[in-house]
Amino acid sequence: MSLLEVKDLKVHFPVRQGLFSRVKGYVRAVDGVSFSIEPGETLGLVGESGCGKTTLGRAVIRLIEPTAGSVVLEGADLRKLRGEALRQKRRTFQMIFQDPVSSLNPRMTVGQIVGEALEIHNLAPDAAARRERVGELLKSVGLDPLHAQRYPHEFSGGQRQRIGIARALAVRPKLIVCDEPISALDVSVQAQIINLLGDLQQQEGVAYLFIAHDLAVVEHISRRVMVMYLGKVVEMGESRSLCRDPKHPYTKALISAVPVVDPKSKRQRMLLPGDVPSPINPPSGCPFHPRCPVAEARCKTEVPELREVTPGRWAACHLAQ
Amino acid sequence: MPPLLEIQDLKLEFGTGSEALRALDGVSLVLEEGQTLCLVGESGCGKSVTALSIAQLLPTPPARYVGGRILVNGHNVLEMDKGSLRRIRGGTVGYIFQEPGASLNPVYRVGEQLIEPLRLHRPAAATEKEMVELLKLVGIPEPELRLRDYPHQLSGGMQQRVMIAMALAAQPKLLIADEPTTALDVTIQAQILELLRDLKHRLGMSILLITHNLGIVGDIADRVAVMYAGQVVEEAPADQLLRRPMHPYTRALMRSVPELGREMGRLEAIAGTVPAVGAFPSGCRFHPRCPVVQPDCSQKAPALIEAEPACHVRCPHWK
Repeated sequence: MSLLEVKDLKVHFPVRQGLFSRVKGYVRAVDGVSFSIEPGETLGLVGESGCGKTTLGRAVIRLIEPTAGSVVLEGADLRKLRGEALRQKRRTFQMIFQDPVSSLNPRMTVGQIVGEALEIHNLAPDAAARRERVGELLKSVGLDPLHAQRYPHEFSGGQRQRIGIARALAVRPKLIVCDEPISALDVSVQAQIINLLGDLQQQEGVAYLFIAHDLAVVEHISRRVMVMYLGKVVEMGESRSLCRDPKHPYTKALISAVPVVDPKSKRQRMLLPGDVPSPINPPSGCPFHPRCPVAEARCKTEVPELREVTPGRWAACHLAQ
Repeated sequence: MPPLLEIQDLKLEFGTGSEALRALDGVSLVLEEGQTLCLVGESGCGKSVTALSIAQLLPTPPARYVGGRILVNGHNVLEMDKGSLRRIRGGTVGYIFQEPGASLNPVYRVGEQLIEPLRLHRPAAATEKEMVELLKLVGIPEPELRLRDYPHQLSGGMQQRVMIAMALAAQPKLLIADEPTTALDVTIQAQILELLRDLKHRLGMSILLITHNLGIVGDIADRVAVMYAGQVVEEAPADQLLRRPMHPYTRALMRSVPELGREMGRLEAIAGTVPAVGAFPSGCRFHPRCPVVQPDCSQKAPALIEAEPACHVRCPHWK
């Protein structure tokens, strides 16, 4: 059984205008996304800014209320849970945020930050046990247990991200949504955090929904990857084969846009014209057709379904094969 | 003929007396006409400060030039009077920055901002026709209409194109681009890099591009200088440096970044963190994090030596 099963998830934000704040339209931030995550697996989620990847990550764990669809975690539909039942369930999933500065309360010590969830969920019988568990957690992310008495500003960016990871691990979650956990870090520190997330996955068996815009990092850390464009999944598949042989023209462009270190590589560069269109007024038919280099007449009118192009590879393109 | 830009042993401090923080400690660079030099490094290594120094854009105080020279076309910028500096700033040397949204004035239309560098540096060309030409040059569609837009009406990529148009208005010899694509999406980043490459060929200018992304170096650079803790640690032709890095820091940096389509297994992370200005380690500044550190590394500060023709490295153990 899958750990997480998301079906046809939609998050639409109303756009209000005028004197009586009438709803003038909807931002279709996430528009019918389905996927599943197995226990202990990493699913990468890539896309450019505004494609809805962060909204999707938050909607999955109900930090944003989804408009429609279902999110089934270990057999329970999170959208149907209320009150105490939901709070109990929240122990099974956690989140790591992009900005390690703004996601840690500057007025709490590291011990309080990491220990807060233990207290809320009654996971430690007394203060001494809690202290011990906080020390354990700090050690597991490569910090000193003595750091529990310090405040977030006393740490570097990479160390703060480690604190955020320790906080997420405190309740022994089954799923962690990592929203661009390394984008705000220095290049030489990014690898430390990537390795740490990998080690912790092996030890704790936790599954990640890993959101990032850097395809190389996602390819490295994930078993499967999902590519989003304007609120929709355009391609999904096993990460290595997807990066080597993309089927959707958007994925192809995304991969060819990543600058490569080797100056001798004579790669075919595929430049996309224009910008990502507004999700309030997405193009008709295939949302990618105005920028697509191989678009045909039907792409303007028919919305392509996500279909299995080759075994294990799904793409939402009429022409993919 | 002197090179277009030559920085010799530049030393810069912030603050005074015993609290002075030395941000740059003996930075030397050469950029020939028509070339692209990439300045690579992590936050706090001094790459932006170096770039801002070239047109004297750092307020003094708190900044203080303690030593060295910055020669633009053979003239020392550090000894120039205000009039000559004004001709350098936005004239001979044009700048674009990381956040185009923050660099453009939100309350003025694009046209009102674009005319400014023209009025200052090429008064005869301060016309709407020239502005339209400039916007066309950087690939902005419907330039006549865009001149009447406010910056917030443009996307990030278009804003950066406007910034490039403003920098090009005075027909600079040298374009300094400080992380010009860091705030942009990859597909837009590819557009901007393509534009810079194209402009360099068409206008024959030199580019000093600051980045932390080694992929961008491979994409665009002729030469590379890698900075760490206020010093240049390696400087070489781009393809040579990327194929065979010599300094342990460059090597470690290249191994720690995952590359698309390459099986890497576990990443080789660099231990520790980037040292802060004012807390640079003694001896070789990379020694606490260096994977091949020797006993003498913490004692003796290594000099930048010519390891191979046109390849400089600040490490005596590079072999």
